[in-house]
Order: sequence, then structure tokens, then C-alpha cells
Amino acid sequence: MDPTVDFLAAAIRIATPLLLAALGEMLTERSGVLNLSVEGAMLAGCLASALGAHWSGSPYFGLATGALGGLAVATVFSLVAIRGRVDQVIVGTALTLGTIGVTGLWYRWAFGAEGLGLTLPTVVWTPTVIAGALVVTVSVLLRSTIGLRLRAVGESAVAARAIGIGVERYRAAATAVGGLLAGLGGATLVLGQVGTFAERMTAGRGFIAIAIVVLGRWHPIGVMLAAVGFGALTALQFAFQAVGIALPYQLFLMLPYLVALAALAGFGWRARAPADLGRSLS
Amino acid sequence: MTAVWRAIGVGLIALGVLAATLAVLGFDPVAGLAALGRNSVGSWYAWSSATLVRAIPLIIIGLGLGLAFRAGAFNIGAEGQFAAGAIAATGTAMVMGSWPGPVSWVATAAVSTVAGALWVLIPVVLKLRLGVLEVISTLLLNFVAEQMVSWMVQGPLQEPQGIYPQSAPIPADVRLPVLAGTRLHLGVVWVILLGTVLWIVIGRTRWGFRLRAVGEAPVAASVAGRIPVGGVQAAALLLSGGLAGLAGGLEVTGVTYSLYQNLSPGYGFTAIAVALIARLHPLGIIVAGVGFGALEAGASGMQREAGIPAVAVNVVQATIIIVALLALRKRRVAAVAEA
Repeated sequence: MDPTVDFLAAAIRIATPLLLAALGEMLTERSGVLNLSVEGAMLAGCLASALGAHWSGSPYFGLATGALGGLAVATVFSLVAIRGRVDQVIVGTALTLGTIGVTGLWYRWAFGAEGLGLTLPTVVWTPTVIAGALVVTVSVLLRSTIGLRLRAVGESAVAARAIGIGVERYRAAATAVGGLLAGLGGATLVLGQVGTFAERMTAGRGFIAIAIVVLGRWHPIGVMLAAVGFGALTALQFAFQAVGIALPYQLFLMLPYLVALAALAGFGWRARAPADLGRSLS
Repeated sequence: MTAVWRAIGVGLIALGVLAATLAVLGFDPVAGLAALGRNSVGSWYAWSSATLVRAIPLIIIGLGLGLAFRAGAFNIGAEGQFAAGAIAATGTAMVMGSWPGPVSWVATAAVSTVAGALWVLIPVVLKLRLGVLEVISTLLLNFVAEQMVSWMVQGPLQEPQGIYPQSAPIPADVRLPVLAGTRLHLGVVWVILLGTVLWIVIGRTRWGFRLRAVGEAPVAASVAGRIPVGGVQAAALLLSGGLAGLAGGLEVTGVTYSLYQNLSPGYGFTAIAVALIARLHPLGIIVAGVGFGALEAGASGMQREAGIPAVAVNVVQATIIIVALLALRKRRVAAVAEA
């Protein structure tokens, strides 16, 4: 096949789980909630999708259970950080830690001590189509009444409350959607790329999704471009390996993170972040 | 005294959650908890050669993070700074093979501290100059550091045969002395020293006061106290990076004697929990570090002897953090109500 087509296909496949998780996190952040448990939600989505697809034999059922796995983590986050008003950054970090533990144990319980590699039914482009449709939906949604209220909650929770918007309801809903999409992202990783589950398999992709939200400047189109850019940078290493350039491959693995950092510095963080991001309503 | 009872309460809840999780998922909770206890606090050997050895990096990183968090700067890149320190210590150790022990112990410690501080310098500059949130930038650099270690152990620092992805063992003279019959190394002296110094600095000095002021009320500190908020935060972040680097250096010179990938089983993240549940108090961090060190030590015992994945202990840690924070929150609400 044409190497350019191969490269683009690889870039988009790598970008899809990141895009899904980042779209969800973007909605969550627009409501003023900084949810660092996306990493955990993705990992939960990975395991839940593996279980669902294994049990039913259908990858589409797996995508659905994966989304629910992400929702489960987001629900705990919602209860503790939004209802309980405990610091969002800390709760997010703790939940990611906890999810690593629970998924590791659960996997061992479900598939035995060896934790054998599974052969799961796979999907190829369905998640990408879903992600594309979501970019459009979210773009439209943000301009609707509901979207305006969501943004109001994120920019100034106090003002939003004063005009009668249920701040914590909106935040809980946005967090739940974020969890569903992170779970779907995890499911895509399992059913569309790897084909099996492994302990800690998300390897920081949830955190990359958070960086993508910043790079995409909290806008669906921007998030999509950032995710694809990230996918392209990661796919670059395969391209270079194929051509046979003798640089340490680790440099290519570092590249996406360094570019993300440079882009953060270039675009700045303060410019577009929702004003009340990370602040509980007091 | 209430603080002690609360800590015991939180610990018991967390162990209860672990037992319940194990039982639900079909593992034997009694065997699991027994193995956890035996391998962490069950004998002098478990104490000295497992629990305390793992507590050393947790405490040293935790002390640094405590400083940063007090200043309101959220460094979650300690894992990367630890790796930077470990790389620097390995490189230094290779160069100065035959230097006398004490000189090389101090030199490797100094170099790894500087390396850790340098690793956090980019986030510090980005924060001060461009307002880039350090939560994201320090985190991103963790992944870069991971690849850096991978490159080092398959490139410049790889063992001479070039077969295994690890460095050659560091020369014997550079290795830190251990307490006879145990694996407890000189790093424990650093723990006592740093804990005491930071306790005094935070509570009794002008800089400690500024640190607390900046963290609790940055606007007031800047306007009324004329404290350079950015400068204090930068110093705290650099110190936290330096201490994480030191922990990495001590791990190589005191425990592993060589550099390899995944040197740290997540010490940089666990230390966040250590600092937070100790409410950032240096002496509390030492106690919490020993507690979490015991959990880490017990976890590997649990995996070896009861066949329970070591990640199970993450469940305990997450529960401890969340329960402790919920408990603290209730107290704060009560205090506000009284006032």
C-alpha cells in the first residue's frame, strides 16, 4: 500500500481513543471541573470492554460496556469531588491510582493467574466514525441553550447559580458524559488497536487527553486537530523505522510529549481556560 | 491525640476495603492480609530490609512535595525528577569509580539533587513566564523521563556486553553503606536530617512563613505582605524536584546499584498521597511514609505468597487518600460552623 496512506491511517487510529477521551474531558472542563481521573476511566473502559466483548462475542457490545466502565469511575469522582467538594486534582489522582488496583485484580480474577492474552473480536473504523460524529455534535451542543448554561457554569459558578442554573447538576452531567467518552476511548484502545487487556495498559493516555484539551483550546475542532497531530507524531516513528533512519527510537516516543509542552508554552494556558476550572462552588 | 486516632481509623477503613475487594473478587482476604502484615511489620528483617527501604524514597520525595504543595504549586512530576536523579547518580558513579566512599556518597547525592531540580526547571519557567499550569507540564515530563531512562539503558549507560537494558553495576566504593545484616542504607540519615531541617524551616523561619502565606492566601501575601509569590513558588518547586532527584540517586546508590527501566514502582505518585495525608507536615510525612512503605513492602509479599497482584495495594492507597480528605473536609465545615 501507499506509505502515505499507511501513515495517515496509523495516525488516525492512534488519535481515535485520545480524541474520544479528550472530547469528554473538554466537556467536563467547560463545566469547570478538572477531572484527572480520565486515565482511570480509560483503564476501566479497557477492562470493561474486554469483559463485555469476551462475554458477548460482539465488539459493539464491548464498546458499550467500555463506556459504562468509564462512567463508573466518573460517578465516584462526581460523588466525592462535586457533591463532596473535595479537591478535584487530588481526587482525580487518587481515583486513577485506585482504578489501576481494581482493574488489575479484576482482570486476574476473571481470566486466571496467568492473565492469558485474550483473542477479542475487533472493530476497525466504527469508533473513529463515532468520534467524528461527536465532534460535530459537541460543536453544535456548545452553541445551544444547554451548552451556553454549561459554559456559564464553568466560567462563573456563582453567577450561574444566581440566575437559577443548577451548577452541580450540570457539572455532574458533564462529568458523567466525560466518563462515558473516556470509557469508550479505552474500549477503542482494546477493541480497535491492541486486541487484549493488560495491566496499566493506558500508559498515560488519559493524561495526554488532558494535554490535548489544552492544546485544542477547549474547542471540539481544536481538540480534534490536536488529537490527530498527536497521532501523527506518534505514527512518525513507524514511518522513520520503515525508512531506516538510525536515531534512538525513544526520541520519537518523547516527541509527542515535548511537542505538547512546546505547544502549551506557545498557546498559553490562561488564554482560554474556563475561569472557574477546578474550583468547587463554595 | 485525635490525629493519631483518626489516622488509625483511616488505616483500618482502607484495610477493610482491601479485604472486601479481595473477598468479592474471590481471593482469600485472610491469607492476603496475613502476607501483607508478615512482609511489612512482621519481623525485624521485614521492617529494616523492606518497609524502611521503601519508606526512604517515599519520605524524601514526600518532604519535597510537601513544600511545593504548601506554596500552592502542584508538582506531580516527581516520578520524572526521580528518574533524572537516578540517571545522574548512575553516570556520576561510573565516572568516579575509585574515589573514597564518603566523597562519592556526597557527590552522587549532590549531582542527583541538581538533576532533579533541573528536570523541574522547565515547568517552573513555563509557569512564571507563560502561566502554563505546572500540573500538566510536570506530568508530561514524566513520560519524557521514562523514555530518557529507556534510551540511557539501551544506549550511553548500557552494560558493556550490550545485551540487557540496564546499566553496569556501579563501583563498590560508591555504594552506600548498609546496617549490618539488613538492606537499610545510609539514606535513612538523609531522612532524619531533612525531616528535622524542614520542620524547623517551615515552622520557625521567615522563609517558612512566606511559604505558608503564599500557599494559603497568595493575593494577601503579595499585596499586604509584599512577598514575591512567583519566586517563593519557584523555589519550592525547585526544592521539591531536587529532593525527588536525591531520592532517585539514593535508590541507585543504596538499593539497586544499577539503572534500569521502571526503577520506581510509582514512588513519585505514592509520595503525593504521603504528603497529603500527613497534611504536609514534615514529621507527619515521615510517619505516613513508613506506613505507605509498609504497604508497598507488604504488597510484594502478598503477590509472592498469596498470589494476589501487588496492584491491590493501590486500592488501599486510593481509599486512604479519599477517606482522609473526606474526614478533613467534615472537620473544616464544623470549624466554620463554630466560628
